Amino acid sequence: MSIFVDDDTRVVVQGITGGEGKFHAEQMIEYGTNVVAGAVPGKGGQEAAGVPVYDTVDEAVEAEDADASVIFVPPAFAADAIFEALDTDLDLAVAITEGIPTQDMAKVKKRLSETETRLLGPNCPGIITPGEAKLGILPGNIFADGNVGLVSRSGTLTYQVVDNLTERGIGQTTAIGIGGDPIIGTSFIDALEAFEADTETDAVVMCGEIGGEDEEEAARFIGEHMDTPVAGFIAGRTAPPGKRMGHAGAIVSGSGTGTAESKIDALNEAGVPVGDTPEEVADHVESFL
Amino acid sequence: MKLHEYQAKSIFADAGIPVPDSRLATTVEEALDAVDEIGYPAAIKAQVHVGGRGKAGGIKIATDRDEAEQYADDILGMDLKGYTVGKVLVESGVDFVDELYVGVTMDRGEGEPVLMVSTEGGVDIEEVAAENPDAIAREHVDPAFGLHPYQARKVVYEAGVDADVALDVASILSTLYDLYEDSDASEIEVNPVMITGDRDVIAADAVMNVDEDALFRQPDLAEMAEESYEDDLERKAGEYGFDYVRLSGNVGIIGNGAGLVMTTLDLVDYYGGKPANFLDIGGGAKADRVANALDMVFSDPNVDAVVFNIFGGITRGDEVAKGINEALGQFDEIPKRVVVRLAGTNAEEGMEILNTDLVEVEETLEDAVQRAVKNAEEVTQ
Repeated sequence: MSIFVDDDTRVVVQGITGGEGKFHAEQMIEYGTNVVAGAVPGKGGQEAAGVPVYDTVDEAVEAEDADASVIFVPPAFAADAIFEALDTDLDLAVAITEGIPTQDMAKVKKRLSETETRLLGPNCPGIITPGEAKLGILPGNIFADGNVGLVSRSGTLTYQVVDNLTERGIGQTTAIGIGGDPIIGTSFIDALEAFEADTETDAVVMCGEIGGEDEEEAARFIGEHMDTPVAGFIAGRTAPPGKRMGHAGAIVSGSGTGTAESKIDALNEAGVPVGDTPEEVADHVESFL
Repeated sequence: MKLHEYQAKSIFADAGIPVPDSRLATTVEEALDAVDEIGYPAAIKAQVHVGGRGKAGGIKIATDRDEAEQYADDILGMDLKGYTVGKVLVESGVDFVDELYVGVTMDRGEGEPVLMVSTEGGVDIEEVAAENPDAIAREHVDPAFGLHPYQARKVVYEAGVDADVALDVASILSTLYDLYEDSDASEIEVNPVMITGDRDVIAADAVMNVDEDALFRQPDLAEMAEESYEDDLERKAGEYGFDYVRLSGNVGIIGNGAGLVMTTLDLVDYYGGKPANFLDIGGGAKADRVANALDMVFSDPNVDAVVFNIFGGITRGDEVAKGINEALGQFDEIPKRVVVRLAGTNAEEGMEILNTDLVEVEETLEDAVQRAVKNAEEVTQ
C-alpha cells in the first residue's frame, strides 16, 4: 500500500520541454513512473522524453487518460499552470517550482478549496512510493520499499533522513515533500491522516522546520487522532528571528511565533520524540518497529 | 526584503497617504540643511533594519539647531545592534493627541491577507497581540476578489477608532491594501498613525516588506532593495544569487537545500560550535557556483573553519567536487580548513575527484560537523 501515488498513477508533465522538465520526466520514466504525456503551450504535436506533448493539460488528459500532473514551470507562470491543473479536475497536482510569489499562491489556495484536486507543494521535491512511482525530483536510488511513511517541508533534509533509514534496512511506504513555502496545498495533517489510514504504514517520520504553526497543529492532530507512532525532526533551532532561512516559509516572526522550540514542545507533548540529529530520528523509528 | 522607512514613506506619499515632511541625510551638514528647511521640532531617525530603534537611541527629537547638529552627529555612524547607521531621515515633528496601529499582512494559516487596526498604537504591536489580543481588530480579505471598501471601514469601526477620523483612517488602510497588492508586499505596517489636535491623520512611521519571490515583476522595488542591503556580505550574496544569512559564530557553513543547511547549523550548535552563516547554494549547482560559495565564506573575517555538506538530488557530487578543487587550487595556502561531506547523486565520483590535499573528507553529516567544530576550536585556542 501507499498514499496518493502508485503504479496506476498516470502522469502529465507540465513544462516537459524545458531543461528541468525534460530531465526529470526522463528520470521519472526510468524509475518506472507512468509518464503518459507532456503539456506545453505552443509545443503540441511534438514529443519529449519519449511521450507526446499537448498544448493544454485538458487535451493531454483527454488523450492519455492522465490523473496527475507534475509542474516544472518557471515561477512567473507557475500559478497559471497550477490553475490549469486544478481546472482539469486531476486527482493530484505536484508543483515543484520554487519562488512563486506568495500572493499568487493565496489565489491558488482559494481556488483549491473549491476543487477536489490535491495539490502538493509548491517548492517541494515531490512524492515517491518506492518501487512504484515517483512524481518530482527525488533521487530514486536512496529509497527502498518498506513500512515507514515520511512527510517533510524540505527536500534535501528528506534525502538525509531517508538515507539514514534505508542504510539500516528500513524502507518507506511513501515519502512526501509538502514544500517550503508559506502557502502550500497538502499540509502535514493531510499527509498524517492518510498515513494513519494506510494499513501498511507502521511508523511515520515528520520533518518540520521553523516558520508558521503547521507543526503545532500537526502535533495536536497526532495527539488526538493517531495510533501509528510518529518520530519528528525540526530544523532551524539556531535561526535568528526575522531572517528568511532559504525557504520563503522558514522564518521566525519578530513576535517569536514559528520557533523550533515551540514546535518541539508541541510534538513532545503529543508523545512524539524529536531527534537532535537525523541519526537520532532513525533511532526512534527503529525503536517503533 | 525589508525596505527602509524613507523608501516606504516615499511610496506612501506617492499613493496619497499623508506623511510628515522629511529629507534623507547622510552627513551632519545635509541633516542641518534639512532641519533649516523643515523647522522644529524635527525628528532625526536612523535608517537601519533594526526593531526598537527609539529605545536603542536611534531616534531623537531636536528642538533647535544645536541639538539637531548634536543628534545627527551622534546617530550617523553609530552602531545600532550590529548595524552601522549610514543614513538618517530628518522629519518634521508631529504634535499628536492620539496614536493608532494599522497594518496589512498575510495570514499564512488561512492563506489570506488580513487587515489589522488597533487604538493602541505607538507601542510594540507584538506585545499588544500577546497581552491583549482583543485590542486588535482583524478582517480577512478574499485574495481572489481583493478588498471591498466596506471591509476597511468595518475593521476601523470595530477597533473603536474615533468616529470623526474613522473614514480618514479607513481611506489610508484601503490605500495600504492597494499598495500591498500592487507591490507584492508581504507586510505593510504604520505604527503609529498619528491623530493631531486639528484631527488630521498622518502616517508617522512606515514598515514595508516585499516578497523577494515577486521582485521579478517589481523592477522599481528591486532597485530599492539593492539600496537596502546593509551588510557587504549580504550584498555579495545577492549578486551571487545565494540564500545567505550572516550569524555571529565562527564555523562557516555551505550546503544545498534550506532544510539541510538549517540542520547543519543546528548540528554545529549541538556539537558545541557557533555557526557563522547560512548559505544555500540551491539545487543543481555547477562548479562556478560552488567556487562562489567558498569565496563568500572565506570573505567573512569571523569564519575560522568551514563545513561543506551536500546531499545531491539534482545537485551532482562530481560537479561539487570539481568546484571545490578549482576554488581551493588557486590558493598557495588554503585560508581556512574545509571539511567536505558528499552524499547522494554522483557522490562516489565526487569523492574520487576531490583533492584531499586541499580538504578534509568525512562520510556522515554528524562526523563532518564535529570535525569542523574541532577545527574552529583549534584556531581560536
